[in-house]
Amino acid sequence: MNDRRLQLSRRALIGGLVSSGALVLPGCSDQQPPTYGNILRMGDNLTYNAQRLLLSSSALVTEYDRSQITSMPAIGTIDPSRSDVGHHDPHGGEAYAALRSGNFADWRLKVEGSVNNPRSFSLAELQHLRSRTQITRHTCEQGWTAIAEWTGVPLRAVLAAAGVRPSARFVQFHTFDLMADGIDMVDALHPQTILAYGMNGRELPIGHGAPLRLRVERQIGYKSLKFLRRIVVTDQFDDLGRAGPIRNGWAWFNGI
Amino acid sequence: MRLREAEAKVGSRGHRLWVRLTHWLIAGAVLVLIYSGVTILMAHPRFYWGNAGNDLIQPLFEVPLGPNYHHVSFAPATRFFPSHNSPVTADLLVEPWNQNSWARSLHFLAAWCFAAGLLAYLALACATGHARYVLWPRRDELERNNLWQDVQAHLHLPMPAVKPGPPYAILQKLAYTLVVFVALPLMFLTGITMSPGITANYPILLVIFGGAQSARTIHFFTFAFLAIFLLIHLAMILLTGPLRQLRGMILGN
Repeated sequence: MNDRRLQLSRRALIGGLVSSGALVLPGCSDQQPPTYGNILRMGDNLTYNAQRLLLSSSALVTEYDRSQITSMPAIGTIDPSRSDVGHHDPHGGEAYAALRSGNFADWRLKVEGSVNNPRSFSLAELQHLRSRTQITRHTCEQGWTAIAEWTGVPLRAVLAAAGVRPSARFVQFHTFDLMADGIDMVDALHPQTILAYGMNGRELPIGHGAPLRLRVERQIGYKSLKFLRRIVVTDQFDDLGRAGPIRNGWAWFNGI
Repeated sequence: MRLREAEAKVGSRGHRLWVRLTHWLIAGAVLVLIYSGVTILMAHPRFYWGNAGNDLIQPLFEVPLGPNYHHVSFAPATRFFPSHNSPVTADLLVEPWNQNSWARSLHFLAAWCFAAGLLAYLALACATGHARYVLWPRRDELERNNLWQDVQAHLHLPMPAVKPGPPYAILQKLAYTLVVFVALPLMFLTGITMSPGITANYPILLVIFGGAQSARTIHFFTFAFLAIFLLIHLAMILLTGPLRQLRGMILGN
C-alpha cells in the first residue's frame, strides 16, 4: 500500500513537473513568444501561460465612476511629428503632421492579414460601429497609475467587420512613431479591449495618441499603443523585429 | 508541558532538510527581488494612497533614490474638464531613467521562485508541526519577565555561540513568525494587487489593500521591514558563531 502510494505520488510529481514545463515550452512554438535563449523571456512566457491557464479569459477589470477620473500624464511619444521627444520616424512623422493638419479627415486605419475582407476604416466609419465607454485604471510599467474614461469601438467589432479568419491567433498593431506590438485573441476579443477615439468625454488628445489608440485593460500601459495606423491579423506569433517589444528587451505579455 | 517536550524533540535535530532547501530558495529569490525591486522603484520613486497616483498627483512621499528623484519635466498642464479643480494632463518632455525592461522580467522570474519556495515552506511547516512547535510562541513565553529576559540576553556582548537551529527563544520566534506568516505573504499579495490581469479576476485584492497604489506603498513598507529583519538576522549570525550557523543551515548541524 505504501509502495503504491509512493508510486502514485511519484507519478503525480512527474506529471506535475511535465505540465509545469509545458507552461514554459508548449508544443506549438509558433504560438509562443520567442525567448532567444534568454532566461528573462522564459520567465515572461511562464507568467503568460500561467495567467492564461489560471485566470478567466473573460474577467473584466474594475470600472470607475466619472468622479474618480484623475490627472494623467502623456508619456513616451507625445507627438509623432516631433523628433525631440519619444520615438520618431521621419516618414511616419511627416505623414502624421499632414493628417493632423486636416483634422484626421484623411486618416485611415488599415486592417489586413488573416481576414477575409482586408479594408480601411475612416474615423467616421469607426465611430459608426458600436461604441463602448469605460472608465478604467491605466497601469504604467514605471509604477504610476491613472484613471480615465475611454470611448471607442471594441476591437472585436472591427475584426468582425473585416471578417477575421478562424485560423487567426494574434493581432498586431503598427503606429506612426514606428512602434509595433501584438496581443493574442484572448485579449483581442475581450469586451474591454477597444480602439479609443475619445478620452474623458472629448476627442483623444494628441499626447494620448490621437486620432486612435488601443486600450488593452488587463495588461500594462505600454501594450495600449497610441497613434495607430495599421492592424495586421496573423496566424503565427510575430516578434515585429526592432519595432516590437521583445527585440528591445521588453516582455511581450504584461498582465502583471 | 507536553508542548515543551514536543518542541524539544523537534528542535534537537538541527535544521531539517526541507527547512534548509526552502530557506536558500527563498533567500536567493529575495536577494534578486530586492535588487530588481529597487531598480523598478528608481523609475518612479513616488508613493501614493488609493487607486491612482502619478507625477501630476501629490504623492504621500518621495524616496530620495536615483536620477528621477524630484526630476520630471512637463509641458504646461491642460484641464480635462472646465471646473477649476479638474484633473489635468501634461506632456512629459524628458524621458525618465528607466531600466524596467529587464528589471520587471527579472522581478517576476524571481517572484516565481519565491512563491514556490514560500508555498512549499508554509505547507510543510503546517503539515510537520514545525509551525506549531518551533515557531509559534507559547503562552508562557509571552509573559513580560520572559520577554524582558530575552531582550537583555540580546543586549549582552559578546553573545554566546549557540547550536544552530531550534529551539528558539521568544524574540527569535516572534521575528520568524512575523516574517513567514505576515511579511512574506503580504509581499506576495500586495505584489499581485499591482497586476491589472490578476486584479481583473480578483478585484477583492483592490478592496483589501485600498487600491493599486496603496498596495504598492504597503509593498514598499513591508520590503523595508524585511530589509531590517535581514540586517538583524545577518548580525545575529555574525555574533553567534557565523561558520557554525552557516554550516547548520547548509548541512543540518
